[in-house]
Amino acid sequence: MIEARGLSKRFQDKKRGEIRAVENVSFTCQPGKIYGLLGANGAGKTTTLRLLATILEPTDGTAVICGHDVVEEPEKVRASVGFLSTATALYPRLTAQELVEYFGRLNGLDEPTLNKRVDDIFNRLDMNGFRDRRCDKLSTGMKQKTSIARTLVHDPPVMIFDEPTLGLDVMTARTITAFIRECRNNGKTVIFSTHVMSEVEKLCDTIGIIQSGKLLAEGPLDQLRQKYSENDLEEIFVKVVAPHSVAAEAH
Amino acid sequence: MSVRNIGIVYRKELTEWLRDRRTLISTVLVPLLAFPILMVGMTSLMAVMMSKAEKEVPKVMVIHGENSPELVAALHASKDLEIVPYADDWKDQISNKEIRAAVEIPSGFDASLNGKSPLTVQIHYYQGEVKSEYGAGHVEDSLKSFRDEFVKKILEAKNLPDSLISPFRLERHNVAPPEKVSGAALGGLLGYMVILLSMTGAIYPAIDLTAGEKERGTMETILSSPLSRVDLVLGKFFLVLSASLATAILSIISMGASFYLVGHSSAMAKKDAAVFQLHIGVPTVLSVFLMALPLAVLFAAVLLTIALFAKSYKEAQSYLTPMTFIVVIPAVASLLPGFDLTPKLALIPILSTSLVCKEIVAGTFHWNYILLILLSSSVYAAAALFIAVKMFQRESVLFRS
Repeated sequence: MIEARGLSKRFQDKKRGEIRAVENVSFTCQPGKIYGLLGANGAGKTTTLRLLATILEPTDGTAVICGHDVVEEPEKVRASVGFLSTATALYPRLTAQELVEYFGRLNGLDEPTLNKRVDDIFNRLDMNGFRDRRCDKLSTGMKQKTSIARTLVHDPPVMIFDEPTLGLDVMTARTITAFIRECRNNGKTVIFSTHVMSEVEKLCDTIGIIQSGKLLAEGPLDQLRQKYSENDLEEIFVKVVAPHSVAAEAH
Repeated sequence: MSVRNIGIVYRKELTEWLRDRRTLISTVLVPLLAFPILMVGMTSLMAVMMSKAEKEVPKVMVIHGENSPELVAALHASKDLEIVPYADDWKDQISNKEIRAAVEIPSGFDASLNGKSPLTVQIHYYQGEVKSEYGAGHVEDSLKSFRDEFVKKILEAKNLPDSLISPFRLERHNVAPPEKVSGAALGGLLGYMVILLSMTGAIYPAIDLTAGEKERGTMETILSSPLSRVDLVLGKFFLVLSASLATAILSIISMGASFYLVGHSSAMAKKDAAVFQLHIGVPTVLSVFLMALPLAVLFAAVLLTIALFAKSYKEAQSYLTPMTFIVVIPAVASLLPGFDLTPKLALIPILSTSLVCKEIVAGTFHWNYILLILLSSSVYAAAALFIAVKMFQRESVLFRS
């Protein structure tokens, strides 16, 4: 379970002064459910997810993941989380198997458990054909599978995906969305960010719309449809975001 | 801090490092091959050129020899000289290497030999040009033997012994032990090389493990693992330190082998080869490494910190290349003759280590300085490592864009 409580993140920029990337964001993601964070580029999605994954530290507020506070116990939080984004690249000079094993060891797995898990994952994701191939020699699809294997090796109860399909071809993107569904079916808590409406419609149990670092609307798709009297998610999104965009531009 | 995790990071970094072709070239191949190729190649070439110059019979021109037939005849008679006819452009001919030297005999030279005040014979040559220097040397030898013959004749005529030409002989004898002699000459280079190479050996891995990782997009991947940032930076630090020491060790082995080869090479004349026969034992080399170890730690930590600050490989390179000069200047300064350790100098990093290494190689052990330098450079190294760890915890550095 993920529970964000008033999460805020401010950065200092020499030219622009203080930037409020995330402001007082609170939400809850339940096990066996997919929470979709929907927002335009620069809305604060990546920063929010990096705060949850403890890659960044919040300026104010906190989040509790599987009972561990992101500020107090960041290492325990990371051990409970699988984090996948287009920015999480692979080590080019390691083979697919070495890479997955490396992250398994860093997650504290002993050698017999690690070997068993690696074999299971490589079989399940059909990766045996390239397990000894270096990551810089893999195709985009193979790289994505290796990244998935990396996030799964320690069997985390929480999965965080930051725009996981960005820049991928249709077939590779489908592998990812299928994987996200599988995580939900296995009872994991899943949060993922995107600006692709169709992905949200297909996958998410709960949707959070974020703009200028603020969570502006939240709820299941049906609830949002009723609230904004619109059937199309894109129209709902525009209705939620537009007044704030104008205000932000004026500011 | 977890030793297990530091070990896991170190092993992974080592695997990647050994698989990088650029690493093999910069850390293994270049230090192993550069010295033998440079030294053996250069010295063999020099030896060949010198022996050629020595064997050559130089073409020499005589200026104003008309009134001095005796001296001219003596020069003509010398087997080591080829006298060519006089030409007005003799200066150009020397500059253009057509002739090696010219002898200018003052007018009335023969006549002046019998009692008048001595006149000066001038030898014109091309300074710095090996063959011309040898040619001038041959001319000087011929003139000296002409002078000795002349004095000998006078002594014979007056029934006096030859030994009056040189009534006593001179000989120099070295009493300093061989290690001190080599220490004063080329041995001083050992400390300098260890310091410089432990720095240059660390540059490439320091960039690859920080700015390189940012550029490849793997920084976020590793930061999302449960690994603590202290363990991450220590794992990386130990790899950079290993690379730095490996470069220095391989270079010293290769330098030692090159000196041995050149010192025992048949191409070198005995007196020249002696310069290369270093008397540096294994304990001395180990002492130099021990002194340089805190410095290698300092380099690894400083380079990691600076390279981490850079956004890209290129930016890191532009920060770290000038660092070489910061190391070279004090290290070179320590090689200057007469520059000795003082308590204040012992606190200056790099310079102090370089100076104490020079002393160690020359067989002198000033224990109070050695301890002070080990202590001060260890403090600097610990401070640099502490800063490196702190930098790895700063988001503004890790995610600088």
